[in-house]
Amino acid sequence: MIKDFVKGLWKENPVFVQVLGMCPTLAVTTKAVFGLSMGVATTFVVVSSSIVISLIRKLVPKQVRIPMFTVIIATFVTVADYMLKANFFEISKALGPYIPLIVVNCLILGRAEAFASKKGVVRSFLDALGMGLGFTAALIVLGSVRELLGAGEVFGYRVLWEGFTEWIVMILPAGAFITLGLLVGLFNVIDKKVMNKETKVT
Amino acid sequence: MTELLVIFIAASITNNFVLTYFLGICPFIGVSNKIDSAVGLGMATTFVMTMAATVTWLIYHYILVPYDLVFLQYVTFIIVIASFVQFVEMFIRKTSPALYKTLGIFLPLITTNCAILGLTLFMVLRNYSFPEAIIFGLGAGVGFTLALVIMAGIREELDFADIPEPLKGAGITLIIAGMLALAFMGFGGIISG
Repeated sequence: MIKDFVKGLWKENPVFVQVLGMCPTLAVTTKAVFGLSMGVATTFVVVSSSIVISLIRKLVPKQVRIPMFTVIIATFVTVADYMLKANFFEISKALGPYIPLIVVNCLILGRAEAFASKKGVVRSFLDALGMGLGFTAALIVLGSVRELLGAGEVFGYRVLWEGFTEWIVMILPAGAFITLGLLVGLFNVIDKKVMNKETKVT
Repeated sequence: MTELLVIFIAASITNNFVLTYFLGICPFIGVSNKIDSAVGLGMATTFVMTMAATVTWLIYHYILVPYDLVFLQYVTFIIVIASFVQFVEMFIRKTSPALYKTLGIFLPLITTNCAILGLTLFMVLRNYSFPEAIIFGLGAGVGFTLALVIMAGIREELDFADIPEPLKGAGITLIIAGMLALAFMGFGGIISG
């Protein structure tokens, strides 16, 4: 059970390992706080839709399951969108159409199809929560790196010295692609080192 | 007329959906291995985009707005897109089995291509008129195809390159996409404002 939760954080991290849900990952991570908000919204949607899908998994005929799942996901995205608009208007405005685009985040449909439509409610909940948090963590890392190098700040706090020449490219689309590419590479290097250690111990 | 041309060029080149809005990245990374499949998928997506823009525009302005149902926007749009992809799939299977075989699994996957839902959302946000919406859909599709084919061409050559071990696969693809995005920025001056 704990495995269901933990695997999303590292071993099957949705962004770095599975390379799922790329559109929001790249688009909103110009600042760490946007990454955090997008991560939380996505976690909410993936957890709620996984619970509902797991509950109704025996009632849904196989042929129509994909449209059913999509409608359930779209409903929760609408809820998340209106909640953000009501409580955090500034962030909702900055993220713009990328909040509704959570509907087509392959991460969510992927969890529904691969896990929630087959397993019980508790395990689906843990799986979705792990994946959501892994996604959020990846977004915060990416957002922090880009904000640090692009504006010299992290979460809006000045980190680098005054007069630091900001790397404008980090805030532009090109920076998003290149940073994520390098982070995926870094992730692989760390993962390999950790794996080597584990095999040596055992 | 000029306005329509501006929308077309903006959607296909200067504000390329893949390289500036990050829409449609999943197929962009997944399917860009071979030029043939990239062209096929690009054309199918262009068709779905143009039709989706047309149909959702009509539904939004003649059903959702007059009956005050705008909160159903996302659910409606995704259903329209999904049923459209299904329709295209059946149509291609009936009329041209050869093409259907080449495209295979990529056809149903068009539904989860965020570029299409993104397109319909941008269309609503920017308040496009009916002809503008159609041209916008067409331009976005052409831009998507362009990015996909360029990427496929580069990746075919990449098979012979010496890439550092950890960057193989997704890593190097993303970095190349970044360079492409830089290159496309060079077109930025075509349209001012």
